Amino acid sequence: MTDNKLINLINISKSYGDNVVLDELNLYIRENEFLTLLGPSGCGKTTTLRIIGGFENPDKGQVIFEGKDITKLPPNERQLNTVFQKYALFTHMTIAENIAFGLKIKKKSKDYINDKIKYALKLVNLDGFENRMPDSLSGGQQQRIAIARAIVNEPKVLLLDEPLGALDLKLRQDMQYELIRLKNELGITFIYVTHDQEEALTMSDTVVVMNQGYIQQIGSPEDIYNEPQNAFVADFIGESNILPSIMIEDKLVNILGTSFACVDTGFGRNKPVDVVIRPEDIDLVKPEDGIIKGVVTSLLFKGVHYEMEVNANGHDWLVHSTDLVPVGNEVGIWVDPYDIQIMNKPESEDEEAVELDI
Amino acid sequence: MKLFNITNTKTNSSSNKNGGSSLGNDKVKWLSLPYIVWMIGFIILPLLVIIYYGLTSGNKLKNLFTLGNIRLILDPTNFKALRLSLELSLISTLICLLLAYPLAMILSRSRMKSNNFIVMIIILPMWMNFLLRTIAWQNILERTGIINTVLNFLKLPTLNIINTPLAIVLGMVYNFLPFMVLPIYNVLIKIDKDVVAAARDLGANSIQTFLKIILPLSIPGVISGITMVFVPSLTTFVISTILGGSKIILIGNVIEQHFRVGNWHAGSGLSIVLMFFILVSMAILSKYDKEGEGGSLW
Amino acid sequence: MVKRIMEKFYVGLILLFLYAPIFVLIVLSFNQAKSRSKWGGFTLHWYRELFKNKYIMNALYTTLIIALLSALIATIIGTVAAIAISSMRKPPRTILIGITNIPLLNADIVTGLSLMLLFVALRFTLGFTSVLISHITFNIPYVILSVMPKIRQLSPNTYEAALDLGASPIYAFFKVILPDIFPGVLTGFFLAFTMSLDDFVITHFTKGPQINTLSTKIYTEVRKGIKPEIYALSTLMFIAVLLLLVIINRRNADKKDTIKKFD
Repeated sequence: MTDNKLINLINISKSYGDNVVLDELNLYIRENEFLTLLGPSGCGKTTTLRIIGGFENPDKGQVIFEGKDITKLPPNERQLNTVFQKYALFTHMTIAENIAFGLKIKKKSKDYINDKIKYALKLVNLDGFENRMPDSLSGGQQQRIAIARAIVNEPKVLLLDEPLGALDLKLRQDMQYELIRLKNELGITFIYVTHDQEEALTMSDTVVVMNQGYIQQIGSPEDIYNEPQNAFVADFIGESNILPSIMIEDKLVNILGTSFACVDTGFGRNKPVDVVIRPEDIDLVKPEDGIIKGVVTSLLFKGVHYEMEVNANGHDWLVHSTDLVPVGNEVGIWVDPYDIQIMNKPESEDEEAVELDI
Repeated sequence: MKLFNITNTKTNSSSNKNGGSSLGNDKVKWLSLPYIVWMIGFIILPLLVIIYYGLTSGNKLKNLFTLGNIRLILDPTNFKALRLSLELSLISTLICLLLAYPLAMILSRSRMKSNNFIVMIIILPMWMNFLLRTIAWQNILERTGIINTVLNFLKLPTLNIINTPLAIVLGMVYNFLPFMVLPIYNVLIKIDKDVVAAARDLGANSIQTFLKIILPLSIPGVISGITMVFVPSLTTFVISTILGGSKIILIGNVIEQHFRVGNWHAGSGLSIVLMFFILVSMAILSKYDKEGEGGSLW
Repeated sequence: MVKRIMEKFYVGLILLFLYAPIFVLIVLSFNQAKSRSKWGGFTLHWYRELFKNKYIMNALYTTLIIALLSALIATIIGTVAAIAISSMRKPPRTILIGITNIPLLNADIVTGLSLMLLFVALRFTLGFTSVLISHITFNIPYVILSVMPKIRQLSPNTYEAALDLGASPIYAFFKVILPDIFPGVLTGFFLAFTMSLDDFVITHFTKGPQINTLSTKIYTEVRKGIKPEIYALSTLMFIAVLLLLVIINRRNADKKDTIKKFD
C-alpha cells in the first residue's frame, strides 16, 4: 500500500431540501485500499459513494481523482465502476451482453470482449453462464455478475453500495471472502458502503464510521473496535459498556464512584469523560478480589460464551464470559487498565442526540 | 390510479407462484362462478352470435352458410373505407407515440407525485362527454373557427382542416393520446433508477443509455399503447362523423350504416373482417413483446 | 436549465391540446347566442334553462343511474371474481384473464353490436336493462384489473392469521381482506363509473328507441346543433369532478408530507 491519494474529497456538502446529508466532508482514499464507509441508514454513506460515482452533484466541494478535479464529470467519463445494491442488471440482455455492455461502448474488438467475458465469469466462478438471462439467476449469482460487469472495464476503483445487503447470512459470509480474494487478484481500490459492522471489520483496510453527515472516526478495523473515539462509534461497533466517568488525573479514572487504573493520559484533571469497556474485557472474579462488587441479575447462554448483566454501583454491566455465574450470586468485577478506553464527552448536541437514537 | 397489466400472464408475483394464493382455499375458486357465467353469457356468446350472423345469408327460406358478407369487404367502396381507416389509424398511432413518449419520459422523471397529474390527464376530460369534446374541435378547426380567426388576425393564410382526413387524425390523436401516455409512463416509472445509473457508470452517454436500456425496457408499454390507440382509431365511426363531414367514410361508418338500415348480416360480416385485423395487429405486436408481459394500462 | 424549460413548455403544449376543447365548451355554456359559432355575450341563461329541460334531465338521470348501478354491480362481481382468480392455478387463471381482456381490447363497435345481436336473438327488448347489462359487462374488467394488484400485495398470512385467531372465513374477509384491498376496489368503482358515464358506442347500439343517455342524446343533436343547456350541464359535471379530485389530492398530499425521507 502506498500513500498515494487516489481520490480526495474536499469540503463536500450536500442537502436535499432542508435535510443536510453531508456537511463539509473531507476524506481521501489511497491507491489499492479497501475502504469502507460504515454507518446507520441516513448517515450519508451512500450519498458519498454516489458523489464519487458521479450520480449526485455535491452542493459544495470538490472531488479530486488522480490530481484532477472530476466534480462535474458525468459518470460515463469517470474511471470508476459501481456495483449497485440491487445489482441493477439489464434484464433484457443475456449475462454475456450485460458483461459486454461497457466494452461495446468503448468499441473493443469482438475477440477482446469474448476473452474478457470468459475471464470475468471465471473470476466470479460462474463459467458457462454466458447465455442465461439475469432473471434465471439466484441473488448471489446476480451479484457476482454485477461485479463481473463492473470489473471487465478495468476501473481504477470499484464502488460497492451495500452489495451483500440482499443476500442471506451464509451467502453473505461466503461473498465476503470472495470479495477479499477478488480485491487481491485485481489489485484495485475498493470503496465499500455498508451498515453492517461485522462486514466492515472483516474486509476493510480502513473503516470510516459516519453519522448524520459527519465522519465520526477513520481507522483500521482494530483501531475502530479497540479505541473508539466517541460514544457513537463505541456503541455502533460491537457491544459495549459506555459509562459516564470523571478523569481524576492521568492514568486514573473514577467510574460510577470507584477509581480504576487506566493507561490514558492528557485528559486533564477532574474532567468528565465517557469510558468504554467491551463486555469481553470484564473479568468476573471472587467478590473480594474485584475492583468493585456486584450481583448477577441475568444470564443468557450465547454459544461461545455466557452473556451476563452484573449490577454494581447502580449500573448494569454487560459481561461476556465463558465462566458461568448463576443469577443472584455476588461477584467481583476486574478490568485491566489497558482495556479501559477513555473518550471525550460529545461536544455538539447533534452527537448527543445520536447517542439517544441508537 | 394504480397500474395494472392488460395482457398479463407473467405478473403472478410471489404469493401466486405455486398456484396457491393469499386465500389459498379451494372453495374460493367457486366465487368466480357468477363472473364466469356472466362472461360466457355476455362476452363469448355475443361474439358467437355476431360470427353466426356474419357467416349466414339471412335468407328466410334458406339461411345458409355463406362467405358473401365477408366478401363485401372487396366491394370498392368498402375496401376504400377499410384502406382509409388503416391509413388514418396508423398515422394517428404513430403521432400518438411520438407525442406520448417524450411526455411520459418527462412525467416519469419529474419528482412530483405525478399520479395525480396522470389522473388529471385521463380521467378528468372524460367527465366532459367525449362527443362534446370532439364537437368542440369543430369550433376550433372550422372555416370561421378559433384557429382561423387567430390566423386572420395575424394576416396569415387560413387553414382548411375541418372535414378532411387531417381533422379525423387530429380527433383520433386527441381522443386516444392518453391511452398511449399511460402504459408508457407506467413502464418507465418501473425501470430501476440504478439500472439507468449502471449504464451511465459503464460508460454509456445519455443517448446510448436511452437507446440500449430505456427504450428496450419500455417496449411492453409501447406495445400496449399502440394497441390501445390503434384499435379504437381503426374502428371509430363517431370521430369521422363529427370531424369528417359526410364525405369521408371509414370502415366503422360502413358497418354502422349497415346496422342502421337493418342489414345485420352484412354488418356482421364486415365486423368479422374488422376483428380479423384487430387479431392480426395483436399477433404482430405480441411478437415484439418478447416478455409476453404487456404493459400496464392504468 | 434550458432543458427544464423546454420540458415544461412541452407538457404545457400537450395540456393545452387536451384541455382546449374543454375550455371551448365551458365558454360556450356562457354564450348568449344559440349558435355554436358566434359569441353573443355572457349569460347564465342556459344554466337556468337546463333544470327546466325535461329531456336533458331525463337523460342525465338515466346516465347517472346506469353509471351507478353498473359500477356497483361490476364492482361486486369483479371484486369477488378477482379474489377467486388469484386463488387459481396457472392455466385456468390465464384463460380467465384472457377473457377479461376481450372487452378492453376489442373494438367498442363490435362489443356493442354483438351484444345487440344477442339481445335480439334472445327476443330481449332493448332498453334500460340491456344497456345496464352491457355497461356491467365492459365495466367488470376495469374492476378486476384494479383489484388484482391489491390482492397480489396481500400478505399471504393475514387471512390465515385471522382464521387462526378464530375468525370465520366470511368474518375474516370483511375484517381483514376487504380493508386491505379497498383502495383497489374504490379505484375500480370510480373507473367503472367514469367509463360508463363516457360511453357512447356501446350504449348507442344496445339502448333501443325508448331511452337516451347524455351521450346518445348529444349524438342525435350533432347534425341539428347541440342545445346550449348541454354545455352548461357538462360544465357543471366537469367542475364537480375537478373539485372532488382536488380535495382528494389535498388530503393525500397532507398525509405524504408527514413522512420524511432519509438517505
